[in-house]
Amino acid sequence: MANKFFHSVYLNGELCKGCINCIKRCPTNAIRVQNGKARIIKEFCIDCGECIRHCPHHAKLTRRDHLDLLEKYEYTVALPAPSLYGQFNNMTDVNLILTALKLMGFDDVFEVSAAAELVSEESRRYVREHPEKWPVISTACPSVNRLIRVRFPNLIDHLLPLLPPAEVAAKLARKRAVERTGLSERQIGIIFLAPCPAKVAFARSPLGIAASGIDGVMAIKDVYQILLSYLPAAEKNPQELASSGKIGVGWGIAGGEAAGMITDSYLAADGIENVIRVLEDLEDEKFTPNLQFIELNACSGGCVGGVLNVENPYLAKAKMKQLNKYLPVSLQHQEDHAFLDSGELYFTEPITYEPVYQLGSSRMESMVNLKLVETYMKEFPCLDCGSCGAPTCRALAEDIVRGFAKKEDCIYLLRDYYDTLKKSQLLQETGNTKKTMEGTPYENPGIDR
Amino acid sequence: MPSLHYEYQVSGDDFTRAGEASSDIKNKLKQMGVSPSAVRKAAIAIYEGEINMVIHAGGGAISVEILPDQIAMELIDHGPGIADIGLAMQEGYSTAPDAVRSLGFGAGMGLPNMKKYSDEMTITSRVGEGTTVSMVVRFE
Repeated sequence: MANKFFHSVYLNGELCKGCINCIKRCPTNAIRVQNGKARIIKEFCIDCGECIRHCPHHAKLTRRDHLDLLEKYEYTVALPAPSLYGQFNNMTDVNLILTALKLMGFDDVFEVSAAAELVSEESRRYVREHPEKWPVISTACPSVNRLIRVRFPNLIDHLLPLLPPAEVAAKLARKRAVERTGLSERQIGIIFLAPCPAKVAFARSPLGIAASGIDGVMAIKDVYQILLSYLPAAEKNPQELASSGKIGVGWGIAGGEAAGMITDSYLAADGIENVIRVLEDLEDEKFTPNLQFIELNACSGGCVGGVLNVENPYLAKAKMKQLNKYLPVSLQHQEDHAFLDSGELYFTEPITYEPVYQLGSSRMESMVNLKLVETYMKEFPCLDCGSCGAPTCRALAEDIVRGFAKKEDCIYLLRDYYDTLKKSQLLQETGNTKKTMEGTPYENPGIDR
Repeated sequence: MPSLHYEYQVSGDDFTRAGEASSDIKNKLKQMGVSPSAVRKAAIAIYEGEINMVIHAGGGAISVEILPDQIAMELIDHGPGIADIGLAMQEGYSTAPDAVRSLGFGAGMGLPNMKKYSDEMTITSRVGEGTTVSMVVRFE
């Protein structure tokens, strides 16, 4: 089995200055600065990419494939994510982008948005037939799935057990390529052009299926400039390649997947902090019982907000709405894909709870450790300054009981310790405590605890 | 036997803060490795109590004791009290004002849900003095 905590996000240690920007921005408290460099705790990281978005030194990066991957295969198929369409100015025809993809070296293209329409169709059926699972939670955003797996065990049962569109596209694209070329499946490279690190991580270490059908993942931002250079040629001789409508292309922006459910009883939240709040409320059963569907996107704006895109998410959203305006509602229907059994759209592996936040290996040990955490919390200043390398005082306390940190990592406690040492030294020298205490520059009344 | 104690103040005029105690307890129970179903029961029970205190009692205090095998929660308010506890325990019975109902609360499910999601529950109340609800959720 693939490493269940594989991550696409990684650190370039040379660029990292050891500042606290990433640790404060990480929504799952997964980063620590130790010995002057950021370190990702793999059990907590959900590959949302917020650290990449906010690192001022560009030290956080995404593992991904590059163009040389095309040489590995006899025949390659590009799977463009719908958010790719929002990256271009004055784009009126998706065929131009798809033609440019072929001109740049792919043998064929298969739109992820086409597969998305099939997933929408099956989602509608699943939600209709399973009122006991309401509200059904979308599984299209891999970061959200990973978050639920570690933090919201009670919601796992609500997850929509359907493959994300890119995975369905990979299946369909490979079948079509085999039919067209007569090559073996292994000679065909299915390459996803992805908007975010979460989707890169999914292709390497998926949830819901044992192995991904995607052979490689490139970043939209890596192919963007090359595509631009081929657009003029594509305009001269565009090919009819587009095969998806509003519902499919809409998946690229927040609310798009929910719109494809064709129901009013839905909620769509985007931005990881908002997503977490919705999940917290959902766990406490704060929602009306007849809510049918919940779409969640870790990135603000939806997939166009992914950090591997080029364009500002909200501009991309506006452009996609423009592009979408004249498309038909939906161009793909399951009945047109005779070889696609609807069962092939479903998860084959269960998603299971990973209790990574547990503080010990047994209930008793965890409880003793939690008590210890509360004891440390009484000593810490609770400023959440991040100077110790942990994002909050509580995170530091938890790190200490887990054995990753020590109390003196807190600079305030260290200062007090230094202060005490200094006082006792002066006491020895002068024999007068009171005078030296007043004289010490460390008696700062601004720190209240 | 180790035990953990937590105290929470529930503000009487701020709906947005109701849920802070349940969130906090939920995270602690998860860190303790308590089963997801027991975490859910405790969180729902406390949250219903928090909301009740905001709607009916102008706030109150929650005191929580966690043992290795159970969580005991005591919710104390100095609100108007409940005249007929039997009636208040009926599903759908509510004295919540319209303004609260328009926010989606006041469906008359608060106390019934607290009973449903806890393994033990007792209410003592005196009209004009306040209400104390004690609940226990066992972990296994």
